[in-house]
Order: sequence, then structure tokens, then C-alpha cells
Amino acid sequence: MVAPAALLLLLLILVPLALVTATAFTDWHLGGGAAAFVGLETFRELVDDPDFRTAVWNTTRYVAFVVPATTLAGLAAALLIVECRRGQAFYRMVYFLPSVATLAAMAVAWQMLLSPSVGAVPQLLRLVGVAPGNWLQDPETALPTLGLIGIWSEAGFAMLFFLAGLKTAPRELYEAAAIDGCGNFLDRLRHVTLPHLAPITAFVLVFSTIHALRVFDTVAIITRGGPEKATLVALYFIYQEAFSLFRTNLAAAATVLFIVVVLALSLLQLYVVRGGRGR
Amino acid sequence: MTARGSRFAGLGRHLVLGAGAVLMLLPLLWAVRISFLPAEDVFSPQFHLLPSRWIGFENYARALTASPLPRFLLNGVGVCLAIIVCQLLVAIPCAYVLAKARVRGQWLLWLAVLVGLVIPPAALALPLFIMAAQAGLIDTYAGLILPWTISPLGIFLLRQAFSRVPDEIIEAARLDGLGEWEILVRLLVPAVAPAIGALITISLVAHWNDLLWPSVVVTSASKATPPFGVMLFQVQEIGSDYGPLLAGAIMIAAPLLALFILTQRRFLDGMAWLGSK
Repeated sequence: MVAPAALLLLLLILVPLALVTATAFTDWHLGGGAAAFVGLETFRELVDDPDFRTAVWNTTRYVAFVVPATTLAGLAAALLIVECRRGQAFYRMVYFLPSVATLAAMAVAWQMLLSPSVGAVPQLLRLVGVAPGNWLQDPETALPTLGLIGIWSEAGFAMLFFLAGLKTAPRELYEAAAIDGCGNFLDRLRHVTLPHLAPITAFVLVFSTIHALRVFDTVAIITRGGPEKATLVALYFIYQEAFSLFRTNLAAAATVLFIVVVLALSLLQLYVVRGGRGR
Repeated sequence: MTARGSRFAGLGRHLVLGAGAVLMLLPLLWAVRISFLPAEDVFSPQFHLLPSRWIGFENYARALTASPLPRFLLNGVGVCLAIIVCQLLVAIPCAYVLAKARVRGQWLLWLAVLVGLVIPPAALALPLFIMAAQAGLIDTYAGLILPWTISPLGIFLLRQAFSRVPDEIIEAARLDGLGEWEILVRLLVPAVAPAIGALITISLVAHWNDLLWPSVVVTSASKATPPFGVMLFQVQEIGSDYGPLLAGAIMIAAPLLALFILTQRRFLDGMAWLGSK
């Protein structure tokens, strides 16, 4: 009963994992000759590569912007929705909709929304007399703009997890808080709701980080890493090195580093979830 | 808090949430608007919120005829269906054994599942591409489907679900003379239906929306799945024709959105399982 699963796990996960790791320690290029072991040489080359440095820096900035904003937006939405007597299901649906919508297709919709010639946002700005920028073509604003799209498409998950957490908040705690004089909303939020949500918040932070690290679709459809490499991020760097520039070993080394980072975060997630249940 | 104060608070809440809802829907609404504009309206210096003349679904018809969009959609359905069927056939028996049986070397299998669970699928694109090239699977449906026939997350979710089924039920069935496969198919699969539903939902969203792998393994438009089709639009004639382009984008996102709106609760319950690992 387990033979197919065991075989496929080996063939489709463990072997590729070993293959990419091994490639990272060679000078092998796809379509090139025999591979030679070069030790850490590829990693050295990678760290010295200006594009790689740009990609690491851009990915870091993207994550630092998207993750806190996604978490806060999801938390705010969940806190408001859970208090609603009517319309809970409706809001939940609307706020999660972007997370289901095919991002590659929605990237085109965002392009149109922000386009200086036909976009809604530039048209509105012109109405109030502000000259709109060409945000997706400007190296200063391209990455933050992709960040906004990222928040838009990920906040639904944060909201969903926070809502699930709020549903398990014990009612007695709120009653006890009311008796103790924690009458108003902000007091209850600070002393009861947020402490109850702490483990879920930690989980959402790690979950959003892993998702934000994997940003690819908007870059591939809208900016292709440009302008002036302002939106060159980790996965797009690997994609270009591997499939356009055919620097296979370099792409492999970058992949290994990428996996190590995600692995570390996943272990953190496991620790956080366990910690939350133990409490 | 007074009743009146809480009524104002309620109104304020709905105002904030309503404004947020408009923001969330804005890209989609704007796309819908442009998809109904006649060509002369798109770049008209005069701004019209609504089309100057009603052209019906002309842009949608153009998107379907001027590009291989029907082919993309069909490919998407076929590939997702094949992936999900394979994942279920592989994951269900494996998860059952992991949850209920005691087999030698079981921990090794479980370890492999956990490793698979934490490796981001996108990170394996390079080695999977090399393997697909060696196997001659570039630009084939097999190349699109095979790498995703195993779902570590699916095995994980189903194992958790099977673990919650009491052993006594299985023992009783064995005493009644049922074989392991019969027990699995007739007794346990119905018992873990919500977990199976969750796996189907998660897989469907992941693979219908996946851009990276199809753009790596597929080279011709005839094998493209919908998101990769969007990439191809940009180098085709339709890419500069905004009305049909957005009509196409909407039709690509529509199947999942429709399914989501029709099965909201189940769909969201399914997605929430992503948080339970």
C-alpha cells in the first residue's frame, strides 16, 4: 500500500533534492560536458555575483514590507469581522477572494488598474489634481507596488487563520475581563484577545514569510525583474540563471541556499505551533 | 456600552469593512469594466466609467478566438484533474498505513513525507527540469503532471484524519472478514471525507494557479495551462488589445472563483487546513 508513495517520494523529492545539492558543488552546466567537483567555488561565485546580491536585498525588502502588513491587515479584518452580527460570511468571502484568484491573470488586472493611461488609480489622482507616477516602471516604486499586490493576494489567509483563532477564544475570559473592569474594546483587545492570539500570530508571521519568499508570478508577468533589476527577487533570479542564462550550477547553489532559509523558517513554524499547543 | 453606542460602532465597522471589500475587489472590477469597453474607449482621452456603446461579450469572443485560450482552459482542467486523481490514489493508502499499521521502516517513510512537506515545490523546479529533460518529458502533458503526483501535504493531512478514526471500528470490520482494501475504501475513505475535500481544494488552487512549473516545462502554446497562457498573451497580438486581454484574464480566474463562491464554507474549511500542519 505504501510502495507507490515511497517510490514517488524518492523519485520526485529526495532525488531532485540530492541532484540540486550535488550540482551546486560542481561546475556543471545544462548541455555542457562532464561535471567536475569544485567544492564551494560555486557558492563563492554566487556570493560575489552582483545580481544575486540584488536579489537577496530585494527579497529581504519585499518580505520586510509584505509580511507585517499582511499580518496586520488580516488581524484587523478578522477582529472587525468576528464582531459583526451580519455579513460575516460575505466579508470572509470577499477578503479571501484575491487568494483564490489566479495571480498571473490578476497581475494583468493590476497592471491595468495602475496603468498611467487606462488605470483607475491614475484617473482618480488626476481628478484631484495629482500627477500619477508610472509606479511599475519606476525603479523606486516597482518593488513596493509588487508588495502591495502581494499583500492583497495573501491577506485573506492571515484573516482566515485569525478568524479560526478568534472562534476558539473562550467566552468566560471576556466575561471575567468585563467583571475586572476591562470594559472597553481596546482594554479587552490588549488584555484578552491579543494574548490569546499570540501563538496564531507567530504562526501567521512564519506562514506569510514563507509565502512572501516565494514571490514569482507578479514579477514574471509584470516586471520581469526590472526596471533596472529593481524587482529581481530570489525565485526569479534562480529562474533566469537556470532557464535563460543556463548557469545551472549557480542556479543550483542559489536553490540550496533558498531551501536552507525556508527549512529554517519551517522548523521555526513547527516550534511555534508546538509551543502554542503546549501552553 | 449603551445600545446606541454599539449601534454606531456596528455602523462604523461595516463602513470600514465595506471600504476594505471595495479595495479587495477593485482590480477585478476594473478588469471587468475594461473587458466590456469597445476598443475606441480604452485609450479615449475622455474618461467614461461605462462603455460609450454596449458591445456585449465581443471582447470575450475575441479572446476565445484570437488566442488559444480554450485550449489553455482545457489543458488546465485536464492537468489539474490528473494531478488530483493521482495524488488521492497515492496518498490515501500511504496515509492509512502511516496512521494505522505497524510496518518496519515506517518512520523512514514518515520522515520523507515531512521533508517533502517543508521543501517549497518551486525550489525543485531546476532538478525536476533536468530529470524531465533526461526522460524526454519536456513539452508533454506527462511533464506537467508527473512531478506533482505525490502530495506530502495530502499524506500528512490524511494521516491526521485517519488517526482520529477509532481502532475498534477497524477491528470490528476485520472480524467481519473485510480485507484491508475493503476497510479502506468502504469504511475509512467516507470517514475522512472532509480531509479529502481539503486536499482536493488545496491542490486545485495550487495547480490551476501555478505559473512557474508550466513556464519551465512547456514550450508550445498547445500544452500551456492558463497562467502560462497569460505569459504567452504578452508576446501575442492580444497583449496590446486591452479589452480582449482582460476578458481572457477574467475567464482564466473565473472557474476557481466560481467554485469558491458556490462552495464558500467548504472551500474555506479546506484552505484552513493549510494552517493545521
